[in-house]
Amino acid sequence: MNATQTLIALWTLVVKEIKRFTRIWPQTLLPPSITMAMYFIIFGNLIGSRIGVMDGFSYMDFIVPGLIMMAVITNSYSNVASSFFSNKFQRSIEEMMVSPMPNWVILSGFVLGGMARGLGVGLIVTVVSLFFTRLSMEHPLLTVLVVVLTSALFSVGGFINALLANKFDDISIVPTFILTPLTYLGGVFYSISMLPDFWQGVSMLNPILYMVNVFRYGFLGVSDIPIGWALMAILGFIVVLFTVALKMLERGKGIRT
Amino acid sequence: MAEPALSIRGLTKVYGNGFHALKGIDLDVQQGDFFALLGPNGAGKSTTLGVVCSLVQKSAGKVTIFGIDIDQDFAKAKYQLGVVPQEFNFNQFEKVIDIVLAQAGYYGMTRREALPRAEKLLSDLGLWDKRNGSARMLSGGMKRRLMIARALMHRPKLLILDEPTAGVDIELRRSMWEYMRRINRDEGTTIILTTHYLEEAESLCRNIAIINNGDIIRNTNVRDLLAELNTETFLLDLAHPLEEAPVVEGFEVSLTEPSQLSLVIHRGQQMNDVFAALSEQGIKVVSMRNRANRLEEMFVSMVNSGQNAIDQTQRQEAHA
Repeated sequence: MNATQTLIALWTLVVKEIKRFTRIWPQTLLPPSITMAMYFIIFGNLIGSRIGVMDGFSYMDFIVPGLIMMAVITNSYSNVASSFFSNKFQRSIEEMMVSPMPNWVILSGFVLGGMARGLGVGLIVTVVSLFFTRLSMEHPLLTVLVVVLTSALFSVGGFINALLANKFDDISIVPTFILTPLTYLGGVFYSISMLPDFWQGVSMLNPILYMVNVFRYGFLGVSDIPIGWALMAILGFIVVLFTVALKMLERGKGIRT
Repeated sequence: MAEPALSIRGLTKVYGNGFHALKGIDLDVQQGDFFALLGPNGAGKSTTLGVVCSLVQKSAGKVTIFGIDIDQDFAKAKYQLGVVPQEFNFNQFEKVIDIVLAQAGYYGMTRREALPRAEKLLSDLGLWDKRNGSARMLSGGMKRRLMIARALMHRPKLLILDEPTAGVDIELRRSMWEYMRRINRDEGTTIILTTHYLEEAESLCRNIAIINNGDIIRNTNVRDLLAELNTETFLLDLAHPLEEAPVVEGFEVSLTEPSQLSLVIHRGQQMNDVFAALSEQGIKVVSMRNRANRLEEMFVSMVNSGQNAIDQTQRQEAHA
């Protein structure tokens, strides 16, 4: 395939993915908006007013970046995991496999589709948050960069999950038992400075903590961890996972006999 | 001589559980051919085609498509290839038009090129009116035609049809045959067909390979294969019922129904002799037809003889 044909193939796959999640918007776009609105009402308004100040900000202002990031992470991951696994399950993945599309285009198409949903939901949640607080960004470029990178990272993660999955249950195990606990313990609702030293150390092993903190830094200008180091870690994870996913795809893991 | 559309040498596939699905098969399909790959379930047909279109990873051997080695440049080889699989393998929730346009996009076709092509193919296959409907709303026959349209979007030179008319009613099957004949004849598309309907292979294909237990046991043209048949059985419908079968010297004649005779003709025997003998006995024949599909008789006999040989080997091994 020449460069133009490759771009057409990639664009086709991305558009197809976007059409998929917008076609089923009551399942993909509406629920996170409602869930996050609940978080804002309950944690931000009702409970948050009793919690008081966190890291020098109102509790509502503190949790907004974390909740946006949580929505981006879960939606990027679950979009690719469920879409790719559905393609495997319905065997429509064969449409792509018999075509001359390179494997990196197939992987990138699904990842960009996952990012479109993750970032789209992130934008919706941001708009919803404006009903509860006034948002300001200290470092807009950094905010955008970190949310895009995080979305890419979890989209690739969802792709690997779908490649390895043999049944629908397998694509819900990681989000339920790994992703959700790591997100909740990743400093979305609290600052790790509130924790005893030991648990602060344990928290530093949680990669989501870095993403939430850099994102919050972009909004509020405060972070529990060094920003440069966190960005390097996210980029490193993306490179490693993308390489692993591509190798698995080339070997036909879970899709070729 | 032009490169074969498909050339397979020493193709072997051993699955993870140790099952030898293909045992080093060789096969050539010439450009412009209408070729049938026949075999019982589990013989290795779909595995062979799966390797050709990259859905199955081969264990050993070489495959070239129009001279392009799939190990050297599979992407280039795939441009020559259109695939209609046995099972429905499109997203049932997508629109018909989106399915064919997406396939064109995967081959790098612009929307401007793809739209008129989609309109032509969907119209030819009677699906244009359904283009904006969800694929799951189509009937089984329509879904099969959708897969044919999808496979032809990028104008492949080699079309692989894996049991394309399975579960399709007779009328629709015949219209699909006509369509396949047309693209083979008018556009020069080489077609490889696997089917369980041996009548289909006999009617459509010029050359044929029979695969059984991972080996090609015959690879010849349909006419030569049929010429090898030693016997044929005909059913003769009679004007008046009989109480017992007439005796016709040198022929096997039996009464299947009071007004129907079964007649076995061996190679070299003349039908005229039978009719003359029946006429002498005052028996009038009003119509005649083959009892069974001729290719089917041969196919069953070949596969059975292959199976008998395997059974014998296994018995010998068990006694050793």
